[in-house]
Amino acid sequence: MINIIGLIFISIGLTFDVLGCLGLVRLPDVYCRLQAATKCVTLGTCSILFGTFLIVGFTAAGIKSLLCIIFVILTAPVAAHAIARGAHRAGVKLWKDSIVDKYAEDKEGEA
Amino acid sequence: MKVFRWFIGMIFLVGIVILIVIRPLPFLFYPDLPYIGFLGRVLYIIILACILCLYRVWRGPTGADRIVAVDILGILIVGLCAVLTISTGRSWYIDIGIAWALQSFICALALSKYLEGKGFDD
Repeated sequence: MINIIGLIFISIGLTFDVLGCLGLVRLPDVYCRLQAATKCVTLGTCSILFGTFLIVGFTAAGIKSLLCIIFVILTAPVAAHAIARGAHRAGVKLWKDSIVDKYAEDKEGEA
Repeated sequence: MKVFRWFIGMIFLVGIVILIVIRPLPFLFYPDLPYIGFLGRVLYIIILACILCLYRVWRGPTGADRIVAVDILGILIVGLCAVLTISTGRSWYIDIGIAWALQSFICALALSKYLEGKGFDD
């Protein structure tokens, strides 16, 4: 029974992974791609790791997968924020239909 | 030329879908473990997602797109290592996953500093 629940968690995570990568291919802008891919793939990978923990149980591999969940949740948003900030400071243009850019207004206020 | 690129991409996608539908390769897995058919198909679907990321690395219009795709590829491979832990029964694959997450995070931070145009020391 616990194995079936673990396989259901792995299926949910797999769906999020594939949809996130589809957004990475199809969306028009680097910021849209970052938004779609980072959130979906982080949640999907954490779900796959939790399913692994449910199937393997309280062994060494299960505890390591829990540690890996904590690590991925802590580090993936930090990396995404750093990449978005670097891209905006490097002058990557927004998509032509974007209507608001708060970070540019903040930079004008500082200068 | 554009038709040629579409043709190459369709060959890759159809090949991966055929690999998902038929049973997994017999020399990669231990056939007496439970749920081995489902987990083999899970591995092929994660490899399909990795190929989508590699398309964005190949055709990124700017450097930031390539950096985003490399970061996402690192997180996907952590999930791949977790599925390999179940499907082969070897517990050291999850160690590879932890180490890969660590180096992917540091790699993303260093590449974003490079993108920002500063040196690595501030």
